[in-house]
Amino acid sequence: MDRECAQLLPPVCAVLGDSRQLVADDTFLEKFLDWFKTLTETESSLHLLQENPCLTELITCVLKLKDPSSSTLSFILRLTGIFTASESCFQYLQQRELLNSLFGEEGPLSSALWEEASVRSGWVQGVHTMTQHQSAIHFLCNCGAIDVIFTLQGDPSLFVASAANRLLVHILTFSLQSFQTKPVNIKDCDWPICAQKLIPHLEESLKSSSASRIKQSLKLLTSVFGCCHDLWTEVLWSQLSEPITYLLENEPFNAGNSLVDLFLSMARSPVFSCPECSLWKSASYALEHLNPAQAGCLSAGILKLQECPQAVRMQALSVLLQPMDCVLKAASQPLEYPGLLNNSLSDSATIETLLSCRSSCASLLCQTLAHLEELLYLTYMPVNLPHIPLLKSVVTVLQFGTGLATPASSLGSKISRILIGCFRVQRSALDILGAFSHWESHSVFMGSVSDILLAYLKSPDTSPTVLKKSFQATLKWLVRLSEAPSSRDYWLQTEQFFRDLFLVLQKRLCSHCWEIRDSALEFLTLLVKHLRDCYIFTEKEEFRQVLVSSEVPKFTEDLLEDPESYVRASAVLAMGQLSFLTHLNSKIPSTENGNGKEVKKKSIVAQLQEILVTDSEGFPRRAVISVFIDWLRDGHTDVLKDTEQFVSSVLQVVNCDLDWEVKAGGLELAEVFSAKTLGRVGLAGCPYVSVVSAATRSTQLNESLQIFYRVKLFEFLFGALCDCDRPVAQKACSILIALKAELCDENSLKEGLSAEHSFPEAHGIAWLEKTLRRWSSCAEPCPIGIANEAGSQNPNDILLVLRTIDLEGLNKSLNRSSDHIENSPQSLLQDILATVGTLEENEADCY
Amino acid sequence: MLDCGLDMTSTLNFLPLPLVQSPRLSKLPGWVLKDGSTFLDKELKECSGHVFVDSVPEFCLPETELLDLSTVDVILISNYHCMMALPYITEYTGFTGTVYATEPTVQIGRLLMEELVNFIERVPKAQSASLWKNKEVLRLLPAPLKDAVEVSTWRRCYTMPEVNSALSKIQLVGYSQKIELFGAVQVTPLSSGYALGSSNWIIQSHYEKVSYVSGSSLLTTHPQPMDQASLKNSDVLILTGLTQIPTANPDGMVGEFCSNLAMTVRNGGNVLVPCYPSGVIYDLLECLYQYIDSAGLSNVPFYFISPVANSSLEFSQIFAEWLCHNKQTKVYLPEPPFPHAELIQTNKLKHYPSIHGDFSNDFKQPCVVFTGHPSLRFGDVVHFMELWGKSSLNTVIFTEPDFSYLDALAPYQPLAMKCVYCPIDTRLNFIQVSKLLKEVQPLHVVCPDQYTQPPPTQSHRTDLMIDCQPPAMSYRRAEVLTLPFKRRYEKIEIMPELADSLVPLEIKPGISLATVSAVLHTKDNKHVLQPPPKPVQPLASKKRKRVSDDAPECKPLKPLLSGSIPMDQFVQALEKHGFSDVKVEDTAKGHIVLLQEAETLIQIEEDSTHIICDNDETLRVKLRDLVLKFLQKF
Repeated sequence: MDRECAQLLPPVCAVLGDSRQLVADDTFLEKFLDWFKTLTETESSLHLLQENPCLTELITCVLKLKDPSSSTLSFILRLTGIFTASESCFQYLQQRELLNSLFGEEGPLSSALWEEASVRSGWVQGVHTMTQHQSAIHFLCNCGAIDVIFTLQGDPSLFVASAANRLLVHILTFSLQSFQTKPVNIKDCDWPICAQKLIPHLEESLKSSSASRIKQSLKLLTSVFGCCHDLWTEVLWSQLSEPITYLLENEPFNAGNSLVDLFLSMARSPVFSCPECSLWKSASYALEHLNPAQAGCLSAGILKLQECPQAVRMQALSVLLQPMDCVLKAASQPLEYPGLLNNSLSDSATIETLLSCRSSCASLLCQTLAHLEELLYLTYMPVNLPHIPLLKSVVTVLQFGTGLATPASSLGSKISRILIGCFRVQRSALDILGAFSHWESHSVFMGSVSDILLAYLKSPDTSPTVLKKSFQATLKWLVRLSEAPSSRDYWLQTEQFFRDLFLVLQKRLCSHCWEIRDSALEFLTLLVKHLRDCYIFTEKEEFRQVLVSSEVPKFTEDLLEDPESYVRASAVLAMGQLSFLTHLNSKIPSTENGNGKEVKKKSIVAQLQEILVTDSEGFPRRAVISVFIDWLRDGHTDVLKDTEQFVSSVLQVVNCDLDWEVKAGGLELAEVFSAKTLGRVGLAGCPYVSVVSAATRSTQLNESLQIFYRVKLFEFLFGALCDCDRPVAQKACSILIALKAELCDENSLKEGLSAEHSFPEAHGIAWLEKTLRRWSSCAEPCPIGIANEAGSQNPNDILLVLRTIDLEGLNKSLNRSSDHIENSPQSLLQDILATVGTLEENEADCY
Repeated sequence: MLDCGLDMTSTLNFLPLPLVQSPRLSKLPGWVLKDGSTFLDKELKECSGHVFVDSVPEFCLPETELLDLSTVDVILISNYHCMMALPYITEYTGFTGTVYATEPTVQIGRLLMEELVNFIERVPKAQSASLWKNKEVLRLLPAPLKDAVEVSTWRRCYTMPEVNSALSKIQLVGYSQKIELFGAVQVTPLSSGYALGSSNWIIQSHYEKVSYVSGSSLLTTHPQPMDQASLKNSDVLILTGLTQIPTANPDGMVGEFCSNLAMTVRNGGNVLVPCYPSGVIYDLLECLYQYIDSAGLSNVPFYFISPVANSSLEFSQIFAEWLCHNKQTKVYLPEPPFPHAELIQTNKLKHYPSIHGDFSNDFKQPCVVFTGHPSLRFGDVVHFMELWGKSSLNTVIFTEPDFSYLDALAPYQPLAMKCVYCPIDTRLNFIQVSKLLKEVQPLHVVCPDQYTQPPPTQSHRTDLMIDCQPPAMSYRRAEVLTLPFKRRYEKIEIMPELADSLVPLEIKPGISLATVSAVLHTKDNKHVLQPPPKPVQPLASKKRKRVSDDAPECKPLKPLLSGSIPMDQFVQALEKHGFSDVKVEDTAKGHIVLLQEAETLIQIEEDSTHIICDNDETLRVKLRDLVLKFLQKF
């Protein structure tokens, strides 16, 4: 603790210990505790207490108060917990008989304040923090605290009850952590007293008739098995398996979810991985007897395990597949399709009942589809999923959703009625349909997937969210197929799909619902972005032809003027990608204006620049900048024509933009440009570049500097460095540091700078702002890209500024968060005192 | 009579009536029979494999054979589409009754009729075909002509004087207004939410209630929302006028409409929307009002061409009380309830009575034209079909669900222009019907047979049919159905002075009875109990006065008996009075008490008691008095 804080602490403690001086804002106390938590991590707690006797006095003082506030008492309990986490400190306070008064029977337990949940919570948290050594464990056992914690498990405050449960987990695992040998039986060995108290308590709770007690105990066990993988956990299971099995057999539904969590927590522990372990028998029983929703969760968890008996895996898979099997059979004739499961093994009556009911059908299908989707994304899949029939069942769900499936049974008719127009299930099914793209091939796509996707994309009844999912699933399949090696035939089939897709897309681009226009543009952007990189030359050209022959590019361009800013932004991004594929300007015919004269269409670069200058909303402008960055980075032909002119004009516009994200985008553009320029002239840090002579290097430097000077790069960067938005200044600073490292190393400076500029002293922002003002006042208006010879600013001036400004210092101060002063402990202590002062003043005002 | 709609699909069998001479239509070849006979080639023309009647279009009238329409007392109209046959009924059948409808229904109905008459009368057709209707000839014709129903009853369109005469027989009613029909029943129109002034009807007596639900909508469009609460507790709910396109969701279709419209216009094409001059067009214009800016269509002109376009657009703005809440509140601001007023003000929407005159001066392309008739057989739409049909840049978008768009397009084939089918039918779909029936819970539902099974083209869609308990009673064309209830009770009023004279006697807690002697007076299906005339004073002579015919005879009142005879106590009483050999036998209806010695039987049943003894009047009276002791008299 520094000196200032040490000085401020006594009056603060005096205030906190004074019941008349209420600290109005509880967050002060929380910050105070956080500070001490940090302090005790680096300093000895005992030393802290000894050096600052006011802390011990504070504890004593609060304990002596007749009527302390609940928040102060709770604070003291937690503060003491932080100190007593150290055994020496624990002894120190124990000697002063403070701990019994705080955590023992004499303490708040027996006072009226115990009714306050905040006090009970403070007590539990204090005890939890304290329990880091055996002395604390002994203390808890001796003072009857364990029984108090048992009671708090059923506390009306959920926070307290949950904290008490966590505390018991901690006590049990902590007291048993020294157990390295495997005891045969809990009664035969010398288990710690805490554990000896806790385990019978758990056993009793599990056998009780109270559902909440059972759930708490199961939760506790779940946490124990989840966080501790020692051998004693196996003994614990052997002790408790009997009541748990009883629960499973007799009360499977009430505690079903908790049992699922417990089994999964145990199944993940290496202690229970042995196939002969009784856990698997219980898990198998649970899969059979829990309700389908609970069994589904357990199955999904089991199927993700690496170590698990194969029989249990297969059983879990059957549980997950059963609802899908029912759906599949409900829409196919018995001989037409064998189904997903072996009929003799599955009893589908329960599932059929759930699927027949409107309320349960959707939730069961959504849950099952979500679990299966997770499994499809697993890189390691321990069982073979029947992909083709499963995909068929998902397609059937989607067909039911639009009334395309023909029910083959009364169940099918019921499912059909429920699923038609059920967006929830449609969304889940489309999610998993997209996930299948990782597994399936082109023929499968063209077989059934493409039809159902097109049906959803085309249907006017598809809701905007379902449509978005349809686009996502379509994208996943198309990207996947483009990556897979395919024959010419495959492309020909896909080509027809693209033609159909673009017909749908152009209609969606004209939708009256802006969300749909936006989703369609987003899809188009991603599609072009992926496919232009994936396709080989022939296919890329054919894809381009299909795209250009549709109205999609034209309608996308129209949306640059959409009234909705999100749509304009998405249209900008889409045009950014499309322009890589299509030479739009040549495709778009000139239009006639009202006077019958031909108006030449603006180039896409000019259109986007105009948006950057004129659009009143931030999103489209940010989108333009991000497109420009991509163009510059990827070498777009329109940019390559005159990169300097392009960059210069963009930076000039961005410099005047009030949106910090646009400016940050501009800085990224500047960074890419500078890196490209330095790379082009051979100055980039490529390790394989041959070493150049000092003279050549100097020439190259000058060349780069001239380019930067012409595009007014440094003017922009220095301006951004002075920006009041910290991220902008930070970014500018890091770019300038990088440029300085390239341009201002000792050797390179020799050539460029005159003697009087050699050792300038470091300057800060104020000096920079002054310099920039001087530059701008001297500069005459001149065409972009032409150096202003008359101005006082020249490349050498720039270098001088770059070298002179204290970029490292600026960077350091910018990297500190803006509230670093307010967050300091001194500030906190001062605030506490000031608040009390204010309260007093207000009190005086009242009278 | 519930509604009076006109089947206009018959017009699809006729050639379109072009506004200007159409070389294409006039050059169509005459139809020749398989055997080479050409006697029909003047009446029937062939176009792309379809045969059409080259004559003034005719309409299929409501069923007239089943019932003598002159005996119909009242016609209840649900909405303006369901009154288009009214002139045929009121002017040709001897009908003398009253027609009830709301004001917007009548006004807009008048516009629809006026438009129809105008469309047909302004293009007089020299020839009238009738030969093809001959039964012998008809069977030789190709489908669909040979399958046409009741062609002999098809009639030409009515005239404006007939329309005016028919409309003069309508009595205007307001929502929830109770109208007494001859004292027999009361009818009440309720808002049905489908169109301006559209109604469902409640027909009720004091003890029975029949609801007639026709053309209703639960969607939030321009009309006042549907009144569902008043339909509760119906004995019978007659359900008709459901959506014709149950698979087309109106929201989705509006989206399709907008997208296709924008796509066409952006490509430099024109859009033709065949429509009625009122109804969905208001919602479409409202939707376009919000959409045209976002779709970059601000400079595209929208034309609404109909002889009644102006009246329709203006009427819609003045029927404030018949509009939905949002639109009603606008009126108080005051603002026009429909945004088409602003479209007209800003010149984005222009309306014309026909393509002649101002329109030809203002006409600019690309544009969007709303015009009738949706059958594409008459009206200005015929001209635009001829004008734009050859270019694939143009699109015709069908929004009205009444006509099959493929049949409507048949005489225009081959057609290059794009055709889009976006039927917007806001009437109830089956999901909404299911919810409605759950909500109002009628005892019985009666509906057309088509609603009780999935559509023939989608037999697997069991969700597209009425599913209710008990199953709906269905009916087919010309089928006579007995509604599943009987009128058992009539309400009778008691005059106050008679009521005053009653002395109720409580026979059970909460149940009191009183005997009433009165005269039942029935007139106009109203029944009233009036006090009986005072008893006539006996004349001095001993001879009884002859009862006159007009004054009812007034006999001295016998007391009424009530209660049941407890057998044990009755037997004890008999024994007490000296009957020693009493035997009691139980029968299905009560008991038989045998007095063997006296050779007497007492049959005691729920509602009668017989004492059977052998001419011993004293014994009978004695026994009677014993029985009466156990009964209450009043």
